[in-house]
Amino acid sequence: MTNLSVNIAGITFKNPVTTASGTFGYGEEFRDFFDPGKLGGIFVKAVTGSNREGNAYPRMAETASGMLNSVGLQNKGVDHFVREIYPRIKDFDTHIIVNVSGSTIEEYVRVAEQINELQNIPAIELNISCPNVKQGGMAFGTIPEMSEEVTRAVRNVYKKVLMVKLSPNVTSITEIAKAVTDGGADVLTLINTLLGMAIDAERQRPILSTITGGLSGPAIKPIALRMVWQVHKAVKIPVIGLGGIMNATDAIEFLLAGASAIQVGTANFIDPMASVNIVEGLKAYLQKNHIADVNDLIGALKTD
Amino acid sequence: MEIKKTVQDLTVARNISLNNRHFLLDLIAPEPLPLMLPGQFVQVLVNDSPTTFLRRPFSIHQVDYPRKSIRLLVQIKGDGTRHLSSLREGEALNVLYPLGNSFSLPSVKNVLLIGGGCGVAPLLFLAQFLNQNRIRPTILVGFRTKEEVSEIEAYSAFGDVFITTDDGTEGEHGLVPDHSILQKERLPFEKIYCCGPDAMMKAVARLAALHKIDCEVSLENTMACGFGVCLCCVTPTDRGNERVCVEGPVFNIKRLDWI
Ligand SMILES: Cc1cc2nc3c(=O)[nH]c(=O)nc-3n(C[C@H](O)[C@H](O)[C@H](O)COP(=O)(O)OP(=O)(O)OC[C@H]3O[C@@H](n4cnc5c(N)ncnc54)[C@H](O)[C@@H]3O)c2cc1C
Ligand SMILES: Cc1cc2nc3c(=O)[nH]c(=O)nc-3n(C[C@H](O)[C@H](O)[C@H](O)COP(=O)(O)O)c2cc1C
Ligand code: FES
Repeated sequence: MTNLSVNIAGITFKNPVTTASGTFGYGEEFRDFFDPGKLGGIFVKAVTGSNREGNAYPRMAETASGMLNSVGLQNKGVDHFVREIYPRIKDFDTHIIVNVSGSTIEEYVRVAEQINELQNIPAIELNISCPNVKQGGMAFGTIPEMSEEVTRAVRNVYKKVLMVKLSPNVTSITEIAKAVTDGGADVLTLINTLLGMAIDAERQRPILSTITGGLSGPAIKPIALRMVWQVHKAVKIPVIGLGGIMNATDAIEFLLAGASAIQVGTANFIDPMASVNIVEGLKAYLQKNHIADVNDLIGALKTD
Repeated sequence: MEIKKTVQDLTVARNISLNNRHFLLDLIAPEPLPLMLPGQFVQVLVNDSPTTFLRRPFSIHQVDYPRKSIRLLVQIKGDGTRHLSSLREGEALNVLYPLGNSFSLPSVKNVLLIGGGCGVAPLLFLAQFLNQNRIRPTILVGFRTKEEVSEIEAYSAFGDVFITTDDGTEGEHGLVPDHSILQKERLPFEKIYCCGPDAMMKAVARLAALHKIDCEVSLENTMACGFGVCLCCVTPTDRGNERVCVEGPVFNIKRLDWI
């Protein structure tokens, strides 16, 4: 028997394949295609303190091997999540992790406190890396002192597993990773989108209403792999890796670089089956290479 | 009613060129088609086109349940649609469908369908659906020029057809909203369904509002996923930003901030 399960900060995931926040809705939208219980976990769309309408359309621009988005945390707020959405998804046979966002430290803390009360949510992922909001968001994730401060503030109220999602829009990812670890994070997730821009030459105008937006997809994979590798070596806590994962081979590369689990993001838009196909592909890779335990792949990159 | 969505490899049965910018694509499903409604669309995966990363949305133009076949009407815009135009019989195409809401079934008899450009695509399916419900609509379609006027016989089977061309080479000269059937003091229509470029739909929406005629439009916002998870395709409505791919593509103009 091949073991696919991984333990991250005390939570056992049946396999290391999870889905990235903002690319998988609340999981329900995928039920037509497959049973979400086949995944290790689901990171649901960002939840903020109150209702947000997000940015104006156009919010998306296709780019070479990727896309830019400037959705801007559109969601109905934490009360709505607790009341309406949680009851519908709490009994999925997989871990549901809530992506917590905000514009102020108080907002992060308030959302985290409310999610802390939800029995079937074993962890939150603090999004200090959204490039698409005017206040807060990425600002928290690009200055080490602020990253540490917001992490510590949430750590004080949140009693379960605290994951913090890092922004790649920094000079030194390890410096931020260390600051967040010092702030009390249990797990690091990386990477969020890279700040980018698209221009319509004919109209001589930006394509996105916000001018700049977040780049995702295969275009960012080499950067994501490099950052996962650097952070894995720099800190002792587990890392969850993502950025441009489209298939099982991409996922395996992240595990080798040191990720204890991976998230599938933009790939879900192109193939709703991408995440389950990655579970199957990972299993096949382990069997083909006679590896009995997926944990033997984590950080196993040979550099000699 | 919830219709289950599927991702399937469909087989190209025919690729029919209508003129140098438009073609029809007949796609056969491996199993019986799910129920589909006029206004719904499909998301097509374009293989072997390096610059086409995301799927491409197209309205359902016609459905033939016995033959398990759907027809798309495609206008060549960029690399993705150009690549689709070169597909040959027997090739496979991965399709995610059926997506979105649909035009409502009207409770009135005097119905006008207005389409411009590739916006005519969902109207043939709609016209057929109306016929099945004993409504014979008036159909007003706009084209750039005579060479692009196509499928008029197909529309005529379901209703009375009027044409405009931008250059006046066939039908009335000008844009669809300027057609003489729309210039009367009182219009004989109780419901308008419209699909086409935004500027055209907005002009039609203003006209409908002026004459107090109920009107539904089908939006073509750019999409990433097409099934509700990315929130890239939203439009402002009376209930905040709504997803064109799930709550739409069809909206009653009363719900949009257009007028
Ligand atoms: C719900 C829906 C239904 C549609 N139905 C049809 C249909 O039945 N037949 C049909 O021919 N087309 C339809 N379209 C439009 C079609 O999806 C686009 O023309 C196509 O995706 C262009 O792909 P491409 O790779 O050829 O061009 P690209 O290289 O992606 O684009 C070429 C140019 O067209 C512009 N463009 C691309 N997509 C859109 C869009 N959605 N709206 C406005 N401008 C755009 C781009 O900005 C660019 O300037 C529909 C779109 C939607 C959202
Ligand atoms: C449309 C869209 C919406 C996103 N929304 C969120 C979000 O709400 N919270 C978050 O932490 N990350 C969000 N992300 C970032 C992704 O979770 C992920 O970090 C990023 O897309 C990189 O992974 P990928 O290349 O596999 O997509 C979003 C990404 C996209 C494309
Ligand atoms: S295109 Fe993704 S939500 Fe509509």
